[in-house]
Amino acid sequence: MAQPILRIENLHKKFKEVEVLKGVDLSLETGDVVSIIGSSGSGKTTLLRCVNMLEEFHQGRILIDNEEIGYSGPQHKARKESEIARQRAMTGMVFQQFNLFPHMTALRNVTLGLTKVKKLTVVEANAIAEKWLARVGLSDRSNHYPGQLSGGQQQRVAIARAVAMNPKVMLFDEVTSALDPELVNEVLNVIKDLATEGMTMLLVTHEMKFAFEVSDRVVFMNQGRIEEEGPPEDLFRSPKSQRLAEFLKSSKF
Amino acid sequence: MFEQGTVLYEIWVSRWALLQGLGVTVLISLLAIVLGTILGVFVGLVLVYGRWVSRFAVRMYVDFVRGTPVFVLVLASYYLLTQIGIQLTAFQAGLFALVVFCSTHVGENLRGALQSLPRGQTEAAKAIGLTFPQIFVYVLAPQALRQALPAWINTATEMVKASTLLSVISVAELLLVTKQIVARTFMTLEFYLLAGLIYFLINYAIERAAKAAERRVALPS
Repeated sequence: MAQPILRIENLHKKFKEVEVLKGVDLSLETGDVVSIIGSSGSGKTTLLRCVNMLEEFHQGRILIDNEEIGYSGPQHKARKESEIARQRAMTGMVFQQFNLFPHMTALRNVTLGLTKVKKLTVVEANAIAEKWLARVGLSDRSNHYPGQLSGGQQQRVAIARAVAMNPKVMLFDEVTSALDPELVNEVLNVIKDLATEGMTMLLVTHEMKFAFEVSDRVVFMNQGRIEEEGPPEDLFRSPKSQRLAEFLKSSKF
Repeated sequence: MFEQGTVLYEIWVSRWALLQGLGVTVLISLLAIVLGTILGVFVGLVLVYGRWVSRFAVRMYVDFVRGTPVFVLVLASYYLLTQIGIQLTAFQAGLFALVVFCSTHVGENLRGALQSLPRGQTEAAKAIGLTFPQIFVYVLAPQALRQALPAWINTATEMVKASTLLSVISVAELLLVTKQIVARTFMTLEFYLLAGLIYFLINYAIERAAKAAERRVALPS
Protein backbone atom coordinates (compact mmCIF):
# COMPACT_ATOMS: atom_id res chain seq x y z
CA MET A 1 0.00 0.00 0.00
CA ALA A 2 1.22 3.48 -0.87
CA GLN A 3 2.30 5.99 1.75
CA PRO A 4 -0.49 8.40 2.59
CA ILE A 5 0.25 11.97 1.46
CA LEU A 6 -1.92 13.38 4.24
CA ARG A 7 -2.31 11.63 7.56
CA ILE A 8 -4.39 12.97 10.45
CA GLU A 9 -3.97 11.07 13.70
CA ASN A 10 -6.12 11.40 16.79
CA LEU A 11 -6.73 15.13 16.28
CA HIS A 12 -8.19 17.04 19.21
CA LYS A 13 -9.12 20.72 19.13
CA LYS A 14 -10.71 22.88 21.78
CA PHE A 15 -12.17 26.38 21.53
CA LYS A 16 -11.88 27.51 25.15
CA GLU A 17 -13.62 24.67 26.99
CA VAL A 18 -15.58 23.31 24.08
CA GLU A 19 -13.99 20.37 22.36
CA VAL A 20 -14.86 20.62 18.66
CA LEU A 21 -12.65 17.81 17.41
CA LYS A 22 -12.62 14.73 19.59
CA GLY A 23 -10.03 12.48 18.05
CA VAL A 24 -10.17 12.45 14.28
CA ASP A 25 -8.20 9.99 12.13
CA LEU A 26 -8.08 10.37 8.38
CA SER A 27 -5.68 9.40 5.62
CA LEU A 28 -5.44 10.46 2.00
CA GLU A 29 -3.24 8.88 -0.60
CA THR A 30 -1.95 10.79 -3.59
CA GLY A 31 -4.81 11.42 -5.99
CA ASP A 32 -7.54 10.79 -3.42
CA VAL A 33 -10.57 13.03 -3.47
CA VAL A 34 -12.29 13.02 -0.11
CA SER A 35 -15.39 15.01 0.80
CA ILE A 36 -16.34 15.82 4.34
CA ILE A 37 -20.05 16.25 4.96
CA GLY A 38 -21.99 16.91 8.13
CA SER A 39 -24.19 19.50 9.75
CA SER A 40 -22.80 22.86 10.84
CA GLY A 41 -20.90 22.64 14.10
CA SER A 42 -19.76 19.10 13.39
CA GLY A 43 -16.16 20.30 13.12
CA LYS A 44 -15.56 19.75 9.42
CA THR A 45 -14.33 23.27 8.61
CA THR A 46 -12.20 23.30 11.75
CA LEU A 47 -10.60 20.04 10.65
CA LEU A 48 -9.71 21.56 7.29
CA ARG A 49 -8.32 24.70 8.92
CA CYS A 50 -6.12 22.61 11.22
CA VAL A 51 -4.51 20.96 8.21
CA ASN A 52 -3.52 24.41 6.97
CA MET A 53 -2.51 25.60 10.46
CA LEU A 54 -5.09 28.37 10.44
CA GLU A 55 -6.23 26.79 13.71
CA GLU A 56 -4.03 25.45 16.46
CA PHE A 57 -4.77 22.03 17.84
CA HIS A 58 -3.95 20.56 21.19
CA GLN A 59 -3.40 16.90 20.63
CA GLY A 60 -2.71 14.57 17.79
CA ARG A 61 -0.60 14.87 14.67
CA ILE A 62 -1.03 15.93 11.09
CA LEU A 63 1.55 14.70 8.60
CA ILE A 64 1.90 15.81 5.02
CA ASP A 65 4.26 13.71 2.99
CA ASN A 66 5.59 12.31 6.29
CA GLU A 67 6.38 15.76 7.68
CA GLU A 68 4.65 16.75 10.90
CA ILE A 69 2.70 19.97 10.42
CA GLY A 70 2.74 22.86 12.87
CA TYR A 71 4.20 20.97 15.79
CA SER A 72 7.03 18.58 16.41
CA GLY A 73 7.82 15.74 18.74
CA PRO A 74 5.81 13.98 21.42
CA GLN A 75 5.73 17.23 23.44
CA HIS A 76 3.56 18.80 20.75
CA LYS A 77 5.96 21.74 20.55
CA ALA A 78 4.81 24.53 18.22
CA ARG A 79 7.09 25.19 15.29
CA LYS A 80 8.55 28.57 14.40
CA GLU A 81 6.34 30.96 12.46
CA SER A 82 8.65 30.89 9.43
CA GLU A 83 8.57 27.10 9.37
CA ILE A 84 4.80 27.05 9.64
CA ALA A 85 4.63 29.50 6.73
CA ARG A 86 6.73 27.12 4.63
CA GLN A 87 4.54 24.18 5.63
CA ARG A 88 1.37 26.06 4.78
CA ALA A 89 2.55 26.30 1.20
CA MET A 90 2.43 22.47 1.05
CA THR A 91 -1.34 22.74 1.04
CA GLY A 92 -3.53 25.01 -1.04
CA MET A 93 -6.67 26.43 0.48
CA VAL A 94 -9.78 27.82 -1.16
CA PHE A 95 -12.17 29.70 1.09
CA GLN A 96 -15.91 30.17 1.21
CA GLN A 97 -15.50 33.94 0.85
CA PHE A 98 -12.86 33.75 -1.95
CA ASN A 99 -10.58 36.15 -0.04
CA LEU A 100 -8.91 37.48 -3.15
CA PHE A 101 -6.64 40.47 -2.58
CA PRO A 102 -8.82 43.34 -3.83
CA HIS A 103 -5.90 45.65 -4.64
CA MET A 104 -4.30 43.23 -7.07
CA THR A 105 -5.33 42.05 -10.52
CA ALA A 106 -6.32 38.42 -10.99
CA LEU A 107 -2.85 37.75 -12.36
CA ARG A 108 -1.09 39.39 -9.41
CA ASN A 109 -3.28 37.45 -7.00
CA VAL A 110 -1.91 34.27 -8.52
CA THR A 111 1.71 35.40 -8.88
CA LEU A 112 2.12 36.84 -5.36
CA GLY A 113 2.90 33.49 -3.75
CA LEU A 114 4.97 32.37 -6.71
CA THR A 115 7.28 35.38 -6.54
CA LYS A 116 7.41 35.91 -2.76
CA VAL A 117 7.25 32.35 -1.44
CA LYS A 118 8.62 30.27 -4.32
CA LYS A 119 10.97 33.12 -5.30
CA LEU A 120 10.28 32.70 -9.00
CA THR A 121 11.04 35.55 -11.37
CA VAL A 122 8.13 37.66 -12.52
CA VAL A 123 8.38 36.16 -16.00
CA GLU A 124 8.23 32.58 -14.68
CA ALA A 125 5.44 33.44 -12.28
CA ASN A 126 3.39 35.15 -14.98
CA ALA A 127 3.72 32.13 -17.24
CA ILE A 128 2.47 29.78 -14.54
CA ALA A 129 -0.32 32.13 -13.51
CA GLU A 130 -1.50 32.58 -17.08
CA LYS A 131 -1.52 28.83 -17.58
CA TRP A 132 -3.72 28.33 -14.53
CA LEU A 133 -6.01 31.24 -15.28
CA ALA A 134 -6.53 29.71 -18.73
CA ARG A 135 -7.24 26.39 -17.06
CA VAL A 136 -10.05 27.91 -14.98
CA GLY A 137 -11.34 29.70 -18.08
CA LEU A 138 -10.28 33.24 -17.19
CA SER A 139 -7.49 34.09 -19.62
CA ASP A 140 -9.33 37.20 -20.70
CA ARG A 141 -9.77 38.38 -17.11
CA SER A 142 -6.17 38.28 -15.91
CA ASN A 143 -5.87 42.07 -15.74
CA HIS A 144 -9.20 42.56 -13.99
CA TYR A 145 -9.46 43.39 -10.31
CA PRO A 146 -11.59 41.19 -8.04
CA GLY A 147 -14.17 43.98 -7.82
CA GLN A 148 -14.69 43.65 -11.56
CA LEU A 149 -15.35 39.91 -11.45
CA SER A 150 -18.45 37.88 -10.59
CA GLY A 151 -18.43 35.66 -7.51
CA GLY A 152 -17.89 32.57 -9.62
CA GLN A 153 -15.02 34.17 -11.47
CA GLN A 154 -13.44 35.34 -8.21
CA GLN A 155 -13.63 31.85 -6.79
CA ARG A 156 -12.03 30.43 -9.92
CA VAL A 157 -9.17 32.93 -9.57
CA ALA A 158 -8.86 31.83 -5.94
CA ILE A 159 -8.57 28.21 -7.08
CA ALA A 160 -5.92 29.20 -9.63
CA ARG A 161 -4.05 31.09 -6.89
CA ALA A 162 -3.99 27.98 -4.71
CA VAL A 163 -3.15 25.34 -7.32
CA ALA A 164 -0.48 27.50 -8.98
CA MET A 165 1.63 26.96 -5.85
CA ASN A 166 1.70 23.26 -6.76
CA PRO A 167 0.55 22.06 -3.34
CA LYS A 168 0.61 18.42 -2.31
CA VAL A 169 -2.98 18.61 -1.08
CA MET A 170 -5.78 21.00 -2.01
CA LEU A 171 -8.29 22.02 0.65
CA PHE A 172 -11.69 23.37 -0.33
CA ASP A 173 -13.80 24.94 2.41
CA GLU A 174 -17.46 25.21 1.31
CA VAL A 175 -16.30 27.01 -1.79
CA THR A 176 -19.74 27.39 -3.34
CA SER A 177 -21.71 28.40 -0.25
CA ALA A 178 -21.34 32.14 -0.89
CA LEU A 179 -22.21 31.93 -4.58
CA ASP A 180 -25.43 32.66 -6.40
CA PRO A 181 -26.99 29.35 -7.50
CA GLU A 182 -26.34 29.96 -11.19
CA LEU A 183 -22.62 30.44 -10.52
CA VAL A 184 -22.11 27.25 -8.51
CA ASN A 185 -21.57 24.93 -11.45
CA GLU A 186 -18.77 26.86 -13.12
CA VAL A 187 -16.78 26.50 -9.89
CA LEU A 188 -17.67 22.85 -9.32
CA ASN A 189 -16.68 22.03 -12.90
CA VAL A 190 -13.23 23.49 -12.33
CA ILE A 191 -12.82 21.34 -9.21
CA LYS A 192 -14.01 18.23 -11.05
CA ASP A 193 -11.54 18.97 -13.79
CA LEU A 194 -8.71 19.13 -11.25
CA ALA A 195 -9.92 15.95 -9.57
CA THR A 196 -9.81 13.94 -12.78
CA GLU A 197 -6.30 15.24 -13.30
CA GLY A 198 -5.25 13.33 -10.18
CA MET A 199 -4.94 16.17 -7.69
CA THR A 200 -5.25 15.18 -4.04
CA MET A 201 -8.21 16.97 -2.51
CA LEU A 202 -9.98 17.32 0.78
CA LEU A 203 -13.28 19.13 0.46
CA VAL A 204 -15.85 20.37 2.90
CA THR A 205 -19.11 20.72 1.04
CA HIS A 206 -22.86 21.01 1.28
CA GLU A 207 -23.29 20.02 -2.36
CA MET A 208 -24.28 16.39 -1.88
CA LYS A 209 -24.66 15.64 -5.57
CA PHE A 210 -21.22 17.03 -6.22
CA ALA A 211 -19.71 15.09 -3.32
CA PHE A 212 -21.29 11.94 -4.69
CA GLU A 213 -19.91 12.48 -8.19
CA VAL A 214 -16.43 13.71 -7.46
CA SER A 215 -15.33 11.79 -4.35
CA ASP A 216 -13.41 8.57 -3.97
CA ARG A 217 -14.48 8.55 -0.36
CA VAL A 218 -16.95 10.52 1.72
CA VAL A 219 -16.53 11.25 5.41
CA PHE A 220 -19.52 12.05 7.57
CA MET A 221 -18.65 14.07 10.63
CA ASN A 222 -20.84 14.45 13.66
CA GLN A 223 -20.07 16.27 16.90
CA GLY A 224 -16.32 16.35 16.41
CA ARG A 225 -15.93 12.75 15.32
CA ILE A 226 -15.95 10.83 12.10
CA GLU A 227 -19.16 8.89 12.28
CA GLU A 228 -18.96 7.11 8.98
CA GLU A 229 -16.49 6.87 6.13
CA GLY A 230 -16.53 5.05 2.83
CA PRO A 231 -17.19 5.15 -0.90
CA PRO A 232 -19.94 7.61 -1.82
CA GLU A 233 -22.21 4.84 -3.12
CA ASP A 234 -22.21 3.14 0.28
CA LEU A 235 -22.64 6.29 2.37
CA PHE A 236 -25.35 7.89 0.31
CA ARG A 237 -27.29 4.75 -0.68
CA SER A 238 -27.03 2.70 2.48
CA PRO A 239 -25.95 4.75 5.49
CA LYS A 240 -25.15 2.59 8.49
CA SER A 241 -25.69 5.11 11.24
CA GLN A 242 -28.98 6.66 12.24
CA ARG A 243 -27.47 10.15 12.25
CA LEU A 244 -26.17 9.97 8.69
CA ALA A 245 -29.55 8.70 7.51
CA GLU A 246 -31.23 11.66 9.21
CA PHE A 247 -28.65 14.09 7.84
CA LEU A 248 -29.08 12.83 4.30
CA LYS A 249 -32.84 13.00 4.58
CA SER A 250 -32.71 16.63 5.68
CA SER A 251 -30.24 17.79 3.02
CA LYS A 252 -30.98 18.57 -0.56
CA PHE A 253 -29.62 16.19 -3.12
CA MET B 1 1.55 102.18 -5.98
CA PHE B 2 -1.76 102.32 -4.15
CA GLU B 3 -3.13 105.35 -2.39
CA GLN B 4 -2.04 105.62 1.19
CA GLY B 5 -4.67 104.55 3.72
CA THR B 6 -6.46 102.01 1.52
CA VAL B 7 -6.52 98.30 2.32
CA LEU B 8 -4.52 97.41 -0.75
CA TYR B 9 -1.87 99.89 0.29
CA GLU B 10 -1.60 98.38 3.75
CA ILE B 11 -1.45 94.87 2.32
CA TRP B 12 1.32 96.01 0.02
CA VAL B 13 3.20 97.55 2.89
CA SER B 14 2.83 94.38 4.95
CA ARG B 15 3.52 91.98 2.08
CA TRP B 16 6.83 90.67 3.42
CA ALA B 17 5.48 90.19 6.91
CA LEU B 18 2.46 88.36 5.55
CA LEU B 19 4.58 86.14 3.32
CA GLN B 20 6.88 85.35 6.20
CA GLY B 21 3.90 84.45 8.37
CA LEU B 22 2.55 82.28 5.61
CA GLY B 23 5.95 80.62 5.30
CA VAL B 24 6.05 79.84 9.02
CA THR B 25 2.50 78.46 8.91
CA VAL B 26 3.31 76.21 5.97
CA LEU B 27 6.58 75.07 7.55
CA ILE B 28 4.96 74.24 10.90
CA SER B 29 2.06 72.43 9.27
CA LEU B 30 4.29 70.47 6.94
CA LEU B 31 6.70 69.41 9.68
CA ALA B 32 3.83 68.54 12.01
CA ILE B 33 2.15 66.40 9.36
CA VAL B 34 5.31 64.63 8.24
CA LEU B 35 6.76 63.99 11.70
CA GLY B 36 3.33 63.30 13.19
CA THR B 37 2.60 60.77 10.47
CA ILE B 38 5.89 58.95 10.98
CA LEU B 39 5.31 58.78 14.72
CA GLY B 40 1.65 57.94 14.13
CA VAL B 41 2.49 54.91 12.01
CA PHE B 42 4.43 53.49 14.96
CA VAL B 43 1.56 54.35 17.28
CA GLY B 44 -0.87 52.53 15.00
CA LEU B 45 1.36 49.48 14.60
CA VAL B 46 1.83 49.15 18.35
CA LEU B 47 -1.92 49.51 18.91
CA VAL B 48 -2.58 46.62 16.53
CA TYR B 49 0.42 44.34 16.87
CA GLY B 50 2.11 45.36 20.13
CA ARG B 51 2.38 43.16 23.19
CA TRP B 52 -0.06 44.10 25.87
CA VAL B 53 2.32 46.24 27.94
CA SER B 54 3.37 48.46 25.04
CA ARG B 55 -0.16 48.43 23.70
CA PHE B 56 -1.49 49.59 27.03
CA ALA B 57 1.10 52.38 27.32
CA VAL B 58 0.44 53.65 23.81
CA ARG B 59 -3.31 53.38 24.33
CA MET B 60 -2.99 55.63 27.41
CA TYR B 61 -0.89 58.11 25.42
CA VAL B 62 -3.44 58.22 22.60
CA ASP B 63 -6.46 58.58 24.86
CA PHE B 64 -4.78 61.22 27.00
CA VAL B 65 -3.66 63.36 24.07
CA ARG B 66 -6.93 63.03 22.21
CA GLY B 67 -8.83 63.93 25.32
CA THR B 68 -6.87 67.15 25.73
CA PRO B 69 -7.53 70.33 23.71
CA VAL B 70 -4.68 71.07 21.30
CA PHE B 71 -4.50 74.52 22.82
CA VAL B 72 -3.70 73.03 26.21
CA LEU B 73 -1.08 70.79 24.61
CA VAL B 74 0.58 73.81 23.03
CA LEU B 75 0.64 75.75 26.32
CA ALA B 76 1.80 72.72 28.26
CA SER B 77 4.68 71.93 25.96
CA TYR B 78 5.77 75.59 26.03
CA TYR B 79 5.47 76.25 29.75
CA LEU B 80 5.71 72.83 31.39
CA LEU B 81 8.63 71.37 29.47
CA THR B 82 10.76 74.29 30.67
CA GLN B 83 9.82 73.42 34.24
CA ILE B 84 11.29 69.96 33.87
CA GLY B 85 14.44 71.33 32.33
CA ILE B 86 13.76 70.90 28.63
CA GLN B 87 14.53 74.20 26.98
CA LEU B 88 12.67 74.56 23.71
CA THR B 89 12.09 77.64 21.61
CA ALA B 90 8.48 78.64 21.09
CA PHE B 91 8.66 77.20 17.58
CA GLN B 92 10.04 73.88 18.80
CA ALA B 93 7.58 73.63 21.68
CA GLY B 94 4.63 74.40 19.43
CA LEU B 95 5.80 71.95 16.81
CA PHE B 96 6.26 69.29 19.47
CA ALA B 97 2.66 69.72 20.62
CA LEU B 98 1.34 69.48 17.07
CA VAL B 99 3.43 66.41 16.26
CA VAL B 100 2.13 64.64 19.36
CA PHE B 101 -1.43 65.62 18.50
CA CYS B 102 -1.04 64.53 14.89
CA SER B 103 0.54 61.18 15.83
CA THR B 104 -2.43 60.13 17.94
CA HIS B 105 -4.87 60.88 15.14
CA VAL B 106 -2.79 59.11 12.52
CA GLY B 107 -2.19 56.19 14.87
CA GLU B 108 -5.82 55.72 15.77
CA ASN B 109 -6.82 56.08 12.14
CA LEU B 110 -4.31 53.46 11.01
CA ARG B 111 -5.40 51.11 13.77
CA GLY B 112 -9.00 51.38 12.63
CA ALA B 113 -8.06 50.80 9.00
CA LEU B 114 -5.95 47.74 9.78
CA GLN B 115 -8.53 46.22 12.08
CA SER B 116 -11.35 46.75 9.62
CA LEU B 117 -9.68 44.49 7.05
CA PRO B 118 -11.43 41.12 6.86
CA ARG B 119 -9.64 38.29 8.64
CA GLY B 120 -9.88 36.30 5.43
CA GLN B 121 -7.24 38.53 3.86
CA THR B 122 -4.63 37.44 6.38
CA GLU B 123 -5.77 33.83 6.18
CA ALA B 124 -5.59 33.72 2.40
CA ALA B 125 -2.12 35.25 2.53
CA LYS B 126 -1.03 32.73 5.17
CA ALA B 127 -2.48 29.90 3.10
CA ILE B 128 -0.13 30.58 0.19
CA GLY B 129 2.80 30.52 2.59
CA LEU B 130 3.57 34.21 3.13
CA THR B 131 5.31 35.15 6.37
CA PHE B 132 3.85 37.86 8.56
CA PRO B 133 6.12 40.70 7.34
CA GLN B 134 5.24 39.76 3.76
CA ILE B 135 1.54 39.65 4.57
CA PHE B 136 1.77 43.10 6.09
CA VAL B 137 3.72 44.66 3.24
CA TYR B 138 1.92 43.11 0.28
CA VAL B 139 -1.60 42.48 1.54
CA LEU B 140 -2.57 44.49 4.62
CA ALA B 141 -0.73 47.81 4.31
CA PRO B 142 -1.80 48.63 0.75
CA GLN B 143 -5.43 48.12 1.69
CA ALA B 144 -5.20 49.89 5.05
CA LEU B 145 -3.48 52.92 3.56
CA ARG B 146 -6.20 53.30 0.95
CA GLN B 147 -8.79 53.21 3.70
CA ALA B 148 -6.90 55.59 5.93
CA LEU B 149 -6.30 58.18 3.23
CA PRO B 150 -9.49 60.29 3.59
CA ALA B 151 -9.11 60.57 7.36
CA TRP B 152 -5.43 61.38 6.97
CA ILE B 153 -6.26 64.30 4.68
CA ASN B 154 -8.68 65.49 7.28
CA THR B 155 -5.92 65.35 9.89
CA ALA B 156 -3.59 67.29 7.60
CA THR B 157 -6.07 70.15 7.25
CA GLU B 158 -6.64 70.05 11.01
CA MET B 159 -2.92 70.56 11.53
CA VAL B 160 -2.95 73.68 9.35
CA LYS B 161 -5.78 75.06 11.42
CA ALA B 162 -4.19 74.04 14.71
CA SER B 163 -0.99 75.85 13.75
CA THR B 164 -2.81 79.13 14.48
CA LEU B 165 -2.73 78.22 18.17
CA LEU B 166 1.01 78.77 18.14
CA SER B 167 0.34 82.51 17.87
CA VAL B 168 -0.38 82.42 21.59
CA ILE B 169 3.16 81.35 22.41
CA SER B 170 4.54 84.07 20.14
CA VAL B 171 5.40 82.00 17.09
CA ALA B 172 5.17 84.52 14.25
CA GLU B 173 2.95 82.46 11.98
CA LEU B 174 0.27 83.89 9.76
CA LEU B 175 -2.30 84.62 12.46
CA LEU B 176 0.13 86.41 14.77
CA VAL B 177 1.45 88.49 11.87
CA THR B 178 -2.13 89.37 10.97
CA LYS B 179 -2.82 90.42 14.56
CA GLN B 180 0.23 92.65 14.51
CA ILE B 181 -0.86 94.30 11.28
CA VAL B 182 -4.36 94.82 12.67
CA ALA B 183 -2.87 96.44 15.77
CA ARG B 184 -1.02 98.88 13.54
CA THR B 185 -3.70 99.64 10.93
CA PHE B 186 -6.94 98.98 12.86
CA MET B 187 -8.26 97.30 9.70
CA THR B 188 -9.66 94.43 11.72
CA LEU B 189 -12.21 92.99 9.34
CA GLU B 190 -10.08 93.32 6.23
CA PHE B 191 -6.98 91.59 7.51
CA TYR B 192 -8.73 88.81 9.36
CA LEU B 193 -10.72 88.17 6.20
CA LEU B 194 -7.48 88.02 4.26
CA ALA B 195 -5.98 85.57 6.75
CA GLY B 196 -9.12 83.46 6.61
CA LEU B 197 -8.95 83.40 2.84
CA ILE B 198 -5.32 82.29 2.88
CA TYR B 199 -6.05 79.44 5.33
CA PHE B 200 -8.95 78.41 3.16
CA LEU B 201 -6.74 78.35 0.06
CA ILE B 202 -4.08 76.22 1.78
CA ASN B 203 -6.62 73.66 2.93
CA TYR B 204 -8.45 73.77 -0.38
CA ALA B 205 -5.19 72.97 -2.15
CA ILE B 206 -4.53 70.07 0.24
CA GLU B 207 -7.99 68.65 -0.34
CA ARG B 208 -7.79 68.95 -4.12
CA ALA B 209 -4.40 67.24 -4.16
CA ALA B 210 -5.70 64.55 -1.85
CA LYS B 211 -8.82 63.94 -3.91
CA ALA B 212 -6.61 63.46 -6.93
CA ALA B 213 -4.48 61.01 -4.97
CA GLU B 214 -7.59 59.16 -3.80
CA ARG B 215 -8.77 58.75 -7.38
CA ARG B 216 -5.36 57.48 -8.41
CA VAL B 217 -5.30 54.70 -5.83
CA ALA B 218 -9.01 53.82 -6.08
CA LEU B 219 -9.65 50.20 -7.05
CA PRO B 220 -11.65 49.64 -10.21
CA SER B 221 -14.92 47.86 -9.71
